[in-house]
Parts: sequence; structure tokens; C-alpha cells
Amino acid sequence: MALLEVHNLGISFVTRNGTNKAVADISFTVELGKITAIIGESGSGKSVACYSLLGLVPMPPGRIDGGRALFDGRDLLQLGESELRKIRGRDIAMIFQDPMTCLNPYMTIGKQLMEPLLYHHKVSGQQARSRALELLAEVGIRDPESTFDNYPHQFSGGMRQRVMIAMALINEPKLLIADEPTTALDVTIQAQILKLIAELQSKRNIGVIFISHDLAVVADIADTIVVMKQGEIVETGNREGIFRHARHPYTQKLLAAIPTDSKQARPGTPQPLIQVRKLCTWFGQGRHREPVKAVDNVSFDINRGEVLGLVGESGSGKSTIGRSILRLVPVTSGQVNFDGTDLTALQGGELKAMRRRMQMIFQDPFASLNPRMTVYDTLAEPLLLHGIESRKTVAQGILKLMDDVGLARSFVRKYPHEFSGGQRQRIAIGRALATRPEFLVADEPVSALDVTIQAQILELMQQLGREYNLTMLFVSHDLAVVRHLADRILVLYKGKLIEHGTGDELFERPQQEYTRQLLQSIPGRSLLT
Amino acid sequence: MSSEATGDIARAEQGTSLWQDAWLRLRKNHLAVLGLAILVVFIVIALLTPWIAPYSYQEQNLELGASGPSAAHWLGTDIFGRDLMTQIMYGGRVSLAVGFIATAVALLIGVTWGAVAGYVGGRTDAVMMRMVDILYALPFMIFIVLLTVVFGRSMLLLFLAIGAVEWLTMARIMRGQVQSLRQMEFVEAAVSLGLSPATLIFRHLVPNALGPIIVYTTLTIPNVMLLEAFLSFLGLGIQPPQTSWGLLISYGAETMEEYPWLLIFPGVALTLALFSLNFLGDGLRDALDVRGAKD
Repeated sequence: MALLEVHNLGISFVTRNGTNKAVADISFTVELGKITAIIGESGSGKSVACYSLLGLVPMPPGRIDGGRALFDGRDLLQLGESELRKIRGRDIAMIFQDPMTCLNPYMTIGKQLMEPLLYHHKVSGQQARSRALELLAEVGIRDPESTFDNYPHQFSGGMRQRVMIAMALINEPKLLIADEPTTALDVTIQAQILKLIAELQSKRNIGVIFISHDLAVVADIADTIVVMKQGEIVETGNREGIFRHARHPYTQKLLAAIPTDSKQARPGTPQPLIQVRKLCTWFGQGRHREPVKAVDNVSFDINRGEVLGLVGESGSGKSTIGRSILRLVPVTSGQVNFDGTDLTALQGGELKAMRRRMQMIFQDPFASLNPRMTVYDTLAEPLLLHGIESRKTVAQGILKLMDDVGLARSFVRKYPHEFSGGQRQRIAIGRALATRPEFLVADEPVSALDVTIQAQILELMQQLGREYNLTMLFVSHDLAVVRHLADRILVLYKGKLIEHGTGDELFERPQQEYTRQLLQSIPGRSLLT
Repeated sequence: MSSEATGDIARAEQGTSLWQDAWLRLRKNHLAVLGLAILVVFIVIALLTPWIAPYSYQEQNLELGASGPSAAHWLGTDIFGRDLMTQIMYGGRVSLAVGFIATAVALLIGVTWGAVAGYVGGRTDAVMMRMVDILYALPFMIFIVLLTVVFGRSMLLLFLAIGAVEWLTMARIMRGQVQSLRQMEFVEAAVSLGLSPATLIFRHLVPNALGPIIVYTTLTIPNVMLLEAFLSFLGLGIQPPQTSWGLLISYGAETMEEYPWLLIFPGVALTLALFSLNFLGDGLRDALDVRGAKD
């Protein structure tokens, strides 16, 4: 018998504006010792389905329409709150996307680890402590004894996720539900955490539900893959079946959205538009402490019309380089020549004039648009500021931009919160293009988006890049995306440039150990070749 | 150009500002509209008082003394036989003027000061906020007494003195708001567009910080009115025969057992104004929050 059998589960949300079906009639099973991955975009109902198993969907507005969820011979959907509470954390444990918000910042991780143990079992404090230490070691925390009394903020994101996993495993659950556990992490850390989950699951012989929006992430670990779309399961299959012989068009679309190719080399002789020379951007930490060298003595050229990829993990200084070129952060020393002008020396009106020629697209489309400005206002601002359109013609300019970025004209009076992430990113792209810039810094422009939306936005950026004849600095932690888009790639590590080359050069003949490590970490690497 | 495209442009050209949208949403909030209407009526009456008041505010009728509501004196008279309705009308002029003007002064200084300190940050911020702290630490009464001694007693001084105290909290609220907003990427985007700091502050930061500011403003106006009554009561504000709602209420409270109407009617006027302000303030806050349910 399977560990968990979900039959015909249906969940709705009842609101004032009517009933929304979040999950419609889905069935799947999880076996002991196997990983079942549930894949779907945001809003596909993948999380709601799993949260409902633990009674974690607020009711109302939520409502179970029907179905059964057999776990250990008991129907989870019929259990009361007090019985569920005994199951939660003991038989079924969860790990979440953002380990920082899921850990109590005012409690040492040791205390937090011992809490579920002391709650569910009658053990002494000493026993709980030694058990917690054992687990910390098992999830790969170096020197658990000395970090036991540390607070969550003293750990890095990857380490916090390890702590979360230890916390989930401490009561020896039979089923682990992991909700996008690696989405907030760097690629290299993501690879480590994925490996850890797979190891723990086979060693402890437990069942795992792995929720993700990204097929590639589960490519190496999932036994069964369930693909969900708009509350329904469109396809279920084993790994081989899904990746090699996907039948449903939606699954095929998801697979197609994983970039696998490398950009062809550009013909012609390169002419540098931007020359970065010995750029240093340091952030002071007061008089007595060593400054943080976010960017340390970096030199490179960006040629006219090319897309230069900049990869590295968080904290490598890749975003800071883009911001330094645009003068959004103060540069400590070095030069940035833009078409022969040293940007670092400009002030006032000269700087404003140059700003028109270079723009930026930001990572988080939910934070990069002023929530109180309509699309009209957002796009009108750069057009009027730089005198590109007059007050009389600005409406036409705005509509032209909306056409260019693929937004329906009827959206012109809407506010950012009325749009999806992909649509917002289109608005942000429109704003950046409004000044008709020659140079664009794209700072992880798709990493906050669903995979299929990612593909659309990347396609749009490539197309607009050609139309507007843009030179682009594309900053990303995702090597596969960069390889697909960039003519040349720079690899950054701890503020220093360690390697550069075309996509093919880097992928086939990486020179540095770190680059090799990055390449190894690309999820679903086996699929890329 | 096709007619459809022209239609699109016409639609795009229609006003799209935050304030117009807010007004449209505010109009759907009945309580807020009622509050606004009452306030408008009060203000119109206050402006026209010298012409429409039934009596002069100095006109005494000692023989009549304190009398309850009657045909000649709708709201009754006080112990000197002065018409209460006239007094409430003249008192409203003072109270509303103090309430609105002093608050407007506080709003203007506080929002600008706080926004600049929060946006510029660093040493400028430290110096600006230490000045706020120092003013906070000054005993308010001593400050007012000093002002009165130096400049003599006047309405203008009253506005200044109250405004000078009330803007401090406003500046602190605004600074906190701006500091957290400054971290958002849309501010960076605005910088990279080449916006000047002043435009950035007033177009991007202030509108996003309005929620708490409006709530605090609606709390400040009644505060200011009561502060004026308190100062006048101590002889530092306006003096009889001039009057204000706050003064009328405090005199009314002294004699409320014998002549309750002297407390009730000014109290009703003040309460009505404050309720209206609160409804309007709540409505404004909701109307300016574009995330609130549209339609």
C-alpha cells in the first residue's frame, strides 16, 4: 500500500465574487522511499492541495469539495484539528521556501530544533539536545556543537534551509512535504540542498512530496512527476516518461521553456560601447571595520549590440557592477567609459543626459513599479522628463510602448497590483525602453517569474534588443538562461572576475574550478545536452 | 489613423492621476461624502458668520441672563445674555481656522522635513532628526509663554506655536515611511530615469506614505482644537469677548448643572466636526490606497 493516496481531491475558495475552484478532482500517490514531484505555475493549486492535507488551508474561505487522502489507513480530510496537530510535524513534516521567515528570529536554532521533539515525545532536555546535534550533523552543519546556540540570522540561506530540514526530520516523519525549498537559494546551494534531500530520503526510507514551479529542478531527484495546471493534473508519469515522452501539450511547453541551446556568435568586428576599467565599489562599515569589497578591481568591455552575461552567486557583486555602471551606487575608484565619456566623473545635468542613454530592468517586478502610479503615469514619466514626447503626444508614445512590450492598450489606466508578475515585468521593460536607451542592464529580470513566463519575457527581450538595437548587460545566477541569451559570459566570484568566454567555451572548457562547480549545479543538467 | 486607435488615445489621455482616481473612489464612500458635506457647511458658515449671525458677539443682555432655547435665541443665551448660536458661529471661525491652518502648517513642514531626512539619510538625517528631538524635549508651555512674552498675543502666533509642536511627530512618521520605501526598487528605477531628488520625493515617495500621514492628520486636527482651548483657558490664546469652541465648552462645563445647554450645543458642534473629519480621513485613506477594492 502506498504511504499516501489522494483520491479525487477538490478544493474551492468561496469569496464574495463567487466560488473559485483551486483544485479539481486530483489523484496522486506517494510511496515510501520515493519522491513525488508536483510541478505547476503559481496559481496552479499545487501548494493548496498539499496544505489541505495538513488542514493548513484556512476554512472558510477554503472548502473541501470532496475526495479522500489516505495516510496510514486514515483519511486526513476527515480528521479533527486536535488529531491533525498530532500528525503535523510528527508523521508529516514540511519545509518551506523561505527559511528566514519560517524560523523564529528570537530563538536559537537549537531551541527551535528541540521544540517539536519536546512537544511530540516525552524526552528529557538532554536527550533532545543530543538528538538535535546528531541531526544538525546529518544535514551537513559544520560543528553543530558551537552553532547550536546561534540565532537564525547568523546562518546563510543555505544553512538555514538545512536547519529547517533538520527540524522537519527530527521526529522521524514518514512523509516530508517540501514547498519550493530551493527557490530562494543560489544555484550551487540549490544543488547541495537537492542532493541532501535525495540522500536523506533514501537513507531514511521516507516519502517526499516536492512542490516546485520548475521542472528542471526535480529532473535529477524525482521518481514520479505530477504536472498541474489550473487546479487539474494534466499529466503524471515517471521521470523518464515526462522528460523523454511528454504527451500533454502543457508539459511539452514546460519542457520547451527550459533553455538548452547556446547563442550563436555574432559576426563582424566588435566595437566597445562601454569600457569598465579597474572598477572598485566598496561599501564602508564605519571607520574601524574593513569595507565590504563588493566589486574589486574589475575590468571588461561591452561591445555595441552585444548581450554580455554576468553570472555569479548572491554576494558575488554581479548586481553591484550593473548598478555601478549606471551610477546607482557610489563608485569607490576606477573608470566607466560610455561611448568615450567617463561616467564616474559626471554630475547634474550631464549625468541626467547620460541616464537617458542607459536604463535598467530590475529583478522584482512587484517592487520595481510605484504601486500608486498607473501604467500611464509610469510610462509618461520618462517620456516627459527627457522631452521625448510633448504633453500632447505623450499618449501616443505610451500606447506605442505598450504595443512594443505586448501589453493590451486597455490596461493603460490600471495599477501595478492588478497585473501578474509577467505583465508587470513588461511594464518595467516599457519604462526602461521609453528613453530609447542604447544600453540596458537587466538584473535577474526573469528569476522571480514562472518558467513559461520566463521564456516569454526572454523572447520579448531578445526581440526588443534587436528592434531597439540595444547593448545589454544581463545579470543572472542562471547559467542556462545566460548561455541562451548572451554573446559572451563573465563569471564573477567574490567581487572578482575569474573567467570569461562565449557560452560554448565556458560550458565545454571551463578553466576555473568555480566555473565547473557552477556548471555542475545547473538543475537538470543531463537534459541540456 | 483608424477610429479605434483614436479611441485608445482618447482613453489614454483621460486624466489618470492618483488624485482623480482617489476622488472617484471617495465619492462612492457615503460616510466620507457626508463628512465632507458637513465640513463644507461648517466652513461656509464660518466664512459668512459676520453677515449671517443673528446677533453681535459682544451684545450682552444682562437682564435676560442665562436662558434656554427660545424663539429669539434658538440655542439659548449664556450668563451674560449673549446669544449662544452667535457665539458658536464665531467660535467655529477660530476653532476651524486653528484646526486647519495649524495642521496644514504642521503637515507641510513635517512631511517635507521627514521625507528629506529619510531620503537623504546619513549625516543630514542625523542632524535633522536631532533638531526634532531637541524641539521635542523643550517643554511646550515654556515655549509658548516665551513666544507670547516676546511677540505679544495674536492669532498668528497661536497658529505658529501649535504648528511648531505638531509637525515633530509628523516628521518622524514620514521619515520612517520614507526610509523603508527608499529600499524599494522603484525608487532606484526613478533615479536611473534621471529624476531630481525633489521630484522623486514628492512624486514617488510621499504618495506612498500618505496612509499613515492622513490618519495622523485626522487625529491632529481635533488635538489642535483642544490645544487651542487649553491655551485660551490659561490666558495664552484668544481672549473674551472673542471665543472658540474649546473655550465655550470649558465655560459650559463649569456651569453644566445649572445651564446644560451651554455645554451641550458647543459640544455637539465640535463632535460633529470631529466625526466628519474622521469619516473623511478614513475615506481618504481608503481612496488613496489603490490596492483597495476597485468599484
